[in-house]
Amino acid sequence: MSAHAMQKLYVFKIFERIWHWSQAGLIIFLLITGFEVHGSYANFGFEKAVNYHTIAAWSLVGLWVFAIFWHFTTGEWKQYIPTLAKVDAMAKYYLFGIFVNAPHPFRLTTLKKHNPLQRLAYLGVMLFIGPLIWFTGWFYIFFDKWHAWGWDKYLSLEWVAFFHTIAAFMMLLFLIAHVYLTTTGHTPLAHIKAMITGWEEVEAEETAPVKH
Amino acid sequence: MNVRGIKRLAAWPALATVTMALVLGWPIMAGAAEEKNEPPPVKMNTTADHSKFKELQQTFKSGPEVTKACLSCHTEAAKQVHRTKHWTWEFLNPENNQRLGKKNVLNNFCISISQNYPFCTSCHVGYGWKDKDFDFTSEVNVDCLACHDTTGNYKKAAGKAGHPLYEPLETPPGSGKFTQPPDLSKIAQKVGKTSRDTCGSCHFFGGGGDGVKHGDMDSSLAAPDKELDVHMDASGLDFTCGTCHKTSSHDVPGSRYTPTAIDKGGAQMRGKAEDAKRNPATCNSCHGNAPHKKQDRLNGHATKLACQTCHVPAMARGGVPTKMSWDWSTAGQRDKDGKPITKKDDKNHIIYESRKGDFVLGEKVKPEYRWFNGKVTYTLLGDKVEKGATPVGINMIGGSPNDGKSLIWPMKVMRGKQPFDPVNKTLVMPHTAGNDDIGYWKNLNWEPAIADGMKNVGAPFSGKVDFLSTEMYWPITHMVAPKDKAVACAECHSAKSRLAGLPGIYMPSYSARSWLDLIGWLLAAATLAGVIIHGALRVFLGRKG
Ligand code: HEM
Repeated sequence: MSAHAMQKLYVFKIFERIWHWSQAGLIIFLLITGFEVHGSYANFGFEKAVNYHTIAAWSLVGLWVFAIFWHFTTGEWKQYIPTLAKVDAMAKYYLFGIFVNAPHPFRLTTLKKHNPLQRLAYLGVMLFIGPLIWFTGWFYIFFDKWHAWGWDKYLSLEWVAFFHTIAAFMMLLFLIAHVYLTTTGHTPLAHIKAMITGWEEVEAEETAPVKH
Repeated sequence: MNVRGIKRLAAWPALATVTMALVLGWPIMAGAAEEKNEPPPVKMNTTADHSKFKELQQTFKSGPEVTKACLSCHTEAAKQVHRTKHWTWEFLNPENNQRLGKKNVLNNFCISISQNYPFCTSCHVGYGWKDKDFDFTSEVNVDCLACHDTTGNYKKAAGKAGHPLYEPLETPPGSGKFTQPPDLSKIAQKVGKTSRDTCGSCHFFGGGGDGVKHGDMDSSLAAPDKELDVHMDASGLDFTCGTCHKTSSHDVPGSRYTPTAIDKGGAQMRGKAEDAKRNPATCNSCHGNAPHKKQDRLNGHATKLACQTCHVPAMARGGVPTKMSWDWSTAGQRDKDGKPITKKDDKNHIIYESRKGDFVLGEKVKPEYRWFNGKVTYTLLGDKVEKGATPVGINMIGGSPNDGKSLIWPMKVMRGKQPFDPVNKTLVMPHTAGNDDIGYWKNLNWEPAIADGMKNVGAPFSGKVDFLSTEMYWPITHMVAPKDKAVACAECHSAKSRLAGLPGIYMPSYSARSWLDLIGWLLAAATLAGVIIHGALRVFLGRKG
């Protein structure tokens, strides 16, 4: 373990934490029900799975509307501005440094609470996987209206479902990697604790650098 | 009560008691009726009590005599009937100019009516069609009672060309048991509207026996419960056939030659001119195009699925099996004494008969599903057929996912093997029924039976007989189950989908592409393995360091 002095930093505000955990729950539930609808296994039964998935989908959409609003009113959206600086260092850290207790190349502050890899990953989720799931999901939800609205001339459910499923798989991959990476804090549960309490323990160098 | 019933009663020793009770009870009952001024005990759905008509108060010796009496008031009735398929057994399909009708088509049940007239025409709404020279202009030969009997005692006898019995008939011959002729006077005095029984006396028994042909029509519909048919439910809505097949001028709407596969017109309105031309027997004609009030999703489904696809979950649900296949090629076997054979299944239903071959019966059968646009083309007598890997379609149905005119329909697909002429490459019309020395059913010899049947319709026959596989489509529409018994989502939305193999549809839970899943799950597994290895390395190397 690091011998550096630790300092507590309030990084995750209450809204953010509620957002995070309800989103996590919804996404896991959407994965469970979605892949049942997809036909990968039987759990709730097709009909219930569809209904639950639809309810959860609308809830997630609602949550995202709040989250977007919050991010823009608080300026927190800037946290996701991508930077390539130190991305290579982060990659190197996860590939090598982490195994030998090398220092983390990124120091967290309240203004920069995601490391560069995180930024990229979350941005990808929010700008690519998310919209892909949203748009295909919405088309899917309104499938029954396609005929009345004349959309069935232009859309094919097969393709809508195809891209929705691709996005679902990407979300699954993200989830696996994401859950694992939460264990890479200075203790395995440190990041998770932070997302619950809001307080992240960081090395004290940030404010009072310690000489090596 | 019919003559037969009264005779049976007369033999009953308890009759004396009954008579006493009646005699004693009568004055009291009469008094009560007078006091309360009760209406007479007749069904009040008519303004005419036919038993009061002088014309009908006579002894009728034959069916045509009854008809003559009917026509003395209903002067135009026979002319109306003359214009219908029920009379002509002929139908010119305006879509493809095929000359259809029972008189002309072949099927893969009893095959055809050529040379079998007196047997087949026991289901004709007429009297005396015993050969191809029947006079279709005869008015007295229209059979009014077949459809308008309300007593249940009017029966057209087998092999009598549409006539009922006029004399007692020993059945079976030599048994000493006699079937009595119906009392035509009583029946004529009680005529009324058509019923499930009158329509059913022919339509339940198509193909030569109860439930044989349609799959969704058999004698269990005479008095069905709600489970079997929500509309005809005898103790509920109690629809007759005519409630949906709303008839005018004796011309019954609803057709299997030109069915309405898709009805976009919505619920029909009385008196609306364009509705008068529409089929009144479709589901939509009453329920409209968006009948699912609570679940709009199901209305969405109805843009691809016929109502029947979900609402008729299985056919032959009333306890009467239907024939699913009929193999004529195995007919003609005899036992070691040279006698014809009959084999039955454990429910006592015949599954082999020397006269007819092998049958496969089915109860509670899930239909097969096809895109269907209402276009039906028949393989008619002169049409070339080829014995090959695929069965010959007795009728071929049109339809595709994207012609805008098709819905997915439940079908009974009747399969079988039947005789054909391998030289001329045509189907054949054998002479089957009849107590003569040609009919196949008595003589079990194909060549003369087919030669005779073909000669009768003026069709060539090479003298050679072979058998080929055929199939025939019967759209399923009756036996509508209560809504909680409709086909559930997962019966189609699952790997074992009822709609498996149908083109042009994407069904979540059935249709997903396997390669996408393969890649997706492999990547997920790889990611999982990656993080596990990464974690293990962290623990392992971390401890060492
Ligand atoms: C993390 C989020 C989500 C995941 C993992 C997910 C996953 C899935 C999967 C795997 C399917 C099966 C696709 C198929 O095989 O056809 C599905 C179906 C569906 N999804 Fe999602 N989905 C998510 C979010 C959403 C959202 C946000 C919406 C709507 C805005 C949505 C609407 C639907 C609909 C309508 C269906 C089809 C259900 C039906 O059969 O009617 N999903 N989802």
